[in-house]
Amino acid sequence: MSDQKTPGSSRVGLGKRGASAPATGSGSGSFLEVRDLKVHFPTADGLVKATDGLSYTVERGKTLGIVGESGSGKSVSSSAIMGLHRGTRAQVSGEILLEGTDLLRLSNEEMRRARGKDVAMIFQDPLSAMHPYYTVGNQIAEAYLVHNDVSKKAARARTIEMLDRVGIPQPDRRVDDYPHQFSGGMRQRAMIAMGLINDPGLLIADEPTTALDVTVQAQILDLLQDLQREFNSGIIITHDLGVVAEMADDVLVMYAGRAVEIGTTNQIMTKPEMPYTWGLLASVPDLAGDPEEQLVPIKGNPPSLLDPPPGCAFSPRCRFKEHVSGDLCTTQLPELTSAAGATHVKRCHLTDSSVLKQEQPA
Amino acid sequence: MWAYAVRRAAIGVVLLVAVALVTFVLFFATAANPARLACGKNCSQQQIKVTEKALGYDQPLYVQFGTFMKGLVVGREFPADKEVRERNPELVTDCGPPCLGYSVNVGTTVNSLIVQAAPTTISLAVVALVMWLIGGVLFGILAAVYKGSFIDRGVVGLTLIAYAFPTFFIAVFFLKYVVIKWEILPYPGYVTIADGGVFTWFENLLLPSFTLALVFMAGYVRMTRAFVLESLGEDYIRTAKSKGLRTRPVLFKHALRAALTPLVTMAGLDFATLLGGAIITESVFAYPGLGLLTVQSSSSFDLPTIVGVVLVAAFFVIVLNILVDISYAFIDPRVRLG
Amino acid sequence: MSERPILEVEDLKMYFPVKSTGVIRRTVGHVQAVDGVSFQVEKGQALGLVGESGCGKSTTGRLVTRLNKPTSGAIRFEGDDISDISPRKLKPLRREIQMIFQDPYTSLNPRHTVGSIIGAPLAIHDVVPKNKILPRVQELLEIVGLNPEHYNRYPNEFSGGQRQRIGIARSLTLQPKLLVADEPVSALDVSIQAQVINLLQQLQREFDISFLFIAHDLAVVRHFCPEVAVMYLGKIVEIADRDTIYGHAHHPYTQALLSAVPDVKQAEVGGRRERIRLQGDVPSPINPPSGCRFRTRCPMAQEICARVEPPLMQIGPRHKVACHFAGELGQSPTRPVTTSVLGVDDQGSPAGTSPATPVPTGPGYDQQWFDLSSQQVISA
Repeated sequence: MSDQKTPGSSRVGLGKRGASAPATGSGSGSFLEVRDLKVHFPTADGLVKATDGLSYTVERGKTLGIVGESGSGKSVSSSAIMGLHRGTRAQVSGEILLEGTDLLRLSNEEMRRARGKDVAMIFQDPLSAMHPYYTVGNQIAEAYLVHNDVSKKAARARTIEMLDRVGIPQPDRRVDDYPHQFSGGMRQRAMIAMGLINDPGLLIADEPTTALDVTVQAQILDLLQDLQREFNSGIIITHDLGVVAEMADDVLVMYAGRAVEIGTTNQIMTKPEMPYTWGLLASVPDLAGDPEEQLVPIKGNPPSLLDPPPGCAFSPRCRFKEHVSGDLCTTQLPELTSAAGATHVKRCHLTDSSVLKQEQPA
Repeated sequence: MWAYAVRRAAIGVVLLVAVALVTFVLFFATAANPARLACGKNCSQQQIKVTEKALGYDQPLYVQFGTFMKGLVVGREFPADKEVRERNPELVTDCGPPCLGYSVNVGTTVNSLIVQAAPTTISLAVVALVMWLIGGVLFGILAAVYKGSFIDRGVVGLTLIAYAFPTFFIAVFFLKYVVIKWEILPYPGYVTIADGGVFTWFENLLLPSFTLALVFMAGYVRMTRAFVLESLGEDYIRTAKSKGLRTRPVLFKHALRAALTPLVTMAGLDFATLLGGAIITESVFAYPGLGLLTVQSSSSFDLPTIVGVVLVAAFFVIVLNILVDISYAFIDPRVRLG
Repeated sequence: MSERPILEVEDLKMYFPVKSTGVIRRTVGHVQAVDGVSFQVEKGQALGLVGESGCGKSTTGRLVTRLNKPTSGAIRFEGDDISDISPRKLKPLRREIQMIFQDPYTSLNPRHTVGSIIGAPLAIHDVVPKNKILPRVQELLEIVGLNPEHYNRYPNEFSGGQRQRIGIARSLTLQPKLLVADEPVSALDVSIQAQVINLLQQLQREFDISFLFIAHDLAVVRHFCPEVAVMYLGKIVEIADRDTIYGHAHHPYTQALLSAVPDVKQAEVGGRRERIRLQGDVPSPINPPSGCRFRTRCPMAQEICARVEPPLMQIGPRHKVACHFAGELGQSPTRPVTTSVLGVDDQGSPAGTSPATPVPTGPGYDQQWFDLSSQQVISA
C-alpha cells in the first residue's frame, strides 16, 4: 500500500491540464464563477427554460447555499456544472469557470475526467443514488479507480480509510455490505465518502439531508461541516432555509430559473430585500416566536416554466407589487441590482424595500 | 435458500397433481369413448366392451386416476387389466416410473413417445433461446442508447414487422426462399448430435430455431429497450456518471445489470413454455418434437398422450419458475429467499 | 376537561409477525410497531404525534382510522371502543374519522375527476340524493380554496398544493369529527406548506374538527398542535402541552430532536449552535433494547435504563414523561427519579420496598402527579 496517496498530492489543477481549455478566467479569487448560465429543454410543448441567465461566484473556501422550490432550476443548474446534461437534449450555454477553466468548453472526455475528481456531487436520496446490486465499497472504490492508476487493493484500502473518516463504524467490515444493509444516515455518509475520495475542489450537495430524519440530518450536517476543510468550496442546494442558515456563507435564492436574490447568509435570512425571499421566511414556522400567530403564506402556485409570467416571474404571487408604480412588475424583467450591502443583490423593481420591513415577520 | 427451494418444490408437486387431475378429468370425462377410438371404426359393442376392460376404462374415473398417479410414482404394466395381461403375456408392456400411460393408437408407452420427441423440442428451444436473447438484448441496448435516433426507430420498426407476421408465415417464407429457391440452407430435418455431430445438428436447427426466435426477439428487443431506458433514468446512473465513469461501464456495469433482472424472469418463463412444444414451428418444419406430438395426439384423440404432454409441459413451467426465483437471489443481493 | 375527549387511545399495540426462513415458516418474532401507546384528543383540539421514521406514528394513525386492526388495546371514539368492531360497523365510523395522506400525487386516483373523488364518499354512504352531490362537491371545493367550476378536471391538472386541497376536500365530504392528518404538508413546496396549514387551521375552527396531526417537522407541529406527543420506537416518551414540550422538555430524546432542527435564526449568530448529538441510528423494532428503548442512543443512560423500563409518569398538570433521569436540558438529575415509584434502587434492582404510588397509565391527565423536585405526589 505504498502507492497510497496523501490527500491532495495527486490533484492536478484543472487550469494546468489540457491546453485546449482556454483560461478565460481572470485568475481572481473566485473559485467557481458561473456566467449567464442557461439550461433549456426543448419539449413537445415548447422550450422549458429551467435555468435562464444564472450568474454567481463561489469564493475559495466558502460554501454557497442555493435555495429554491421544486422547478426553480437549482438542481438543473448544478447538474450543468457536473456536465450531466451532456448527451441529452438540454441546451446549455454560458460559462462555468472553475479555477479559470470553462467547464462548458471542455471536451466530453475532459469533462469526464474532471467529474468526481475536480467537482463531486452528492445526492438527495442515498438509497436510490447507489446501485442496489453492488457493495458500498465497490461503488466507492470505483470512483477512486477511475481517476487513479492504482491496484484494486489500494483502492479498497483508500475506501476503508474514507469510510472511517465519514464515521462509519467497523469500516473494514461494512465496506462489503450492500447499500440496503446500511441505514439512511450511513448511506449518506458513504455517498459523502464517495464524493470526497478524490479530494475534489468543489463539492455540490443536492438536498443532502432531505430524505433523512431530523437527528440523522443533524449528524450529516455536522459531518459536512467537519469535512468542509477537505474541499475548497461547496454548493449546498436545498429548500430548507434552516439548513442553509446553518451551513452556507452566502445564499442564492432562485425562482423560476433565475437568481432573485444573492447575499451573505445573514443578509438573506435577516434582511431579505426581495419579496419572494421575504415570503419564504414568513411562511415557514419555526421553533421560536408565537405559535398562535398565523403563518403568512405566499399565495398562488409556482409558475410554469413553459409559459412563465411576463415581467417579473414572481409578480402574480407578489403582495408588494402595488408599491411599484405602473405595470413595471408585469411587463419588465427586473435586473439584478445591488440592494443594501455591497454583497447583496436582488431582482426586484421595489425601490423602497422598507415596506418589507414594516411587515417583517416576528 | 435450500429451505425455500424445498418449500417451492413441495408446492410444485402439489401443483403437478392438480394439473394431472384437471387434465385427466377434462379428457376422460368427455363424451368421446377412448376405448371405441382405440378399437377402430368397425367395432361392435362387444369388442368395445372388451377393449374398455383391457385398457381399464371400465373402472370408475377416480380408480383410473389413482392407478395413473400410482404409475407415476412406482410405474405400472399395460394393458391395464390384470386378466388380459395374464392371458396374453406377449402383449405386456412394462412402463417404469414415472409412467405417463400407454398410447393405444401408437402402441407404445407415452413415456417412450415423449422421450423420442423431447430432444428435438429441447434442442429447438435452447438454440432459439440463445438466438433471441443475444439478438433481443443487443438490439434492445442499441435502441435504448440511441433513443430517438434512426437506429432506434429502425430497430423498433423491424420488431413491429416481426410481430406482425404470424409464425407460420415466416416459417413458410423461409422454407420457400432460403431453402428451396436460394438453396442457402438444406431442408431442415432433425438430426441428433449423436447421429450427425454438432455442426449438422445445428445447421438443421438454424431455420426452425430462427423462426421461433424471431417473434420472441421482437418482444425482447422492446423489453430490453424499455428496461435499459428505465435503468438509465435511475439515480444511481447519475451517481455513476458523476464519479467520472466512462460510458461503457455506466452502461454495462450499472444500467444493464439492473435491466437484466426482469429479462431473466421473462426468458425463464418463455423458455419453459417452449419446452412444452412449439406447435406451429414444429408442424411447418415437420420436426418430430413435443409440439408435433401434441398435434398428432390431439387429432387422433390419443388421450393418454395428451395428458402426458400436458404434464411434462407443466413440469417444465413449474421447475423453471422455481429456478427463476432462486436465480433472483444471485442477481439481486436485496432478495433473501426465505 | 368536563367534556369527554373525542378520542381516547389506551395501551394500543400493533405487532406485525416476522416469519422464519425454514421449510415451514413459523412466526419467530414481531415488529413492535406500536407498543402500548395511550393518549387522548379533546374535542376540537389537535394532538401532534412526532417522531422519526419507524417510530410508529403513522401506524398509530392507521389504527385510529381502523385501516389496520390493532393487536390489542382500546381506541375509544366518543366513548365507544372501535378497536375490535366488525367491518360492517366500520362503515358508519368512516364518516366520523377521516384521513389526509402525505402524498397528494399518489393518493388521488388519476382516472377519476376531482368531482367524483370528492363526491364518492357521499355516494358510498348514501347521505344525499344523487342530484345534490354536485352542489356539495362545489361547496367543498370553494371551502378549500379551489375554483368550484373545476370539478370536472383530473388530478394531474392541479399542482401539488392544489391536490392536497383536493385530498382535504375529500376528507371533509362527510363532515367528520376527527381528522387524522399523516404528514399533510411534508410533500409540498415550502411556499405552499403555509397555505395548507392555514387552511387546516381555518377548517378546524370553522367545523370544530379534532385533529390527530402526524408529522416529523417539529416546527409545523408546534404551530398546529396545542398538545404534542413524542414517539420513539413504538412508545410515547413524552407528552405534554406545547409550551412544555418546546420550552421545558424533560426527555433527552425530545431535547435531542428539538436541538437537531436546523434553525433559520442561526444565521444571525453565525455558524451552527451546539446541539445534543445522538449517536447512531434507531435500533430495530423487532428486537428493541431492554429497559428504556432510547438508552442505546441516550447521552445519559445508566445501568437502571437497561434493566427497568421507565413508566410514562405524569410530572405536571399536563406533562408526562418516560425517563429515569427526566429533567430539563442541562439539569438532569444524577440519581434516577423513578426509584420510589418503581420500588427499585439506583441500579434498577428490586429494593424490597413496595412502590410508593401506582403510576396512572390512562390516556388522559390526572389531578395528581409526581412532582420531580419534591419526589412527592402532589395534586392540583
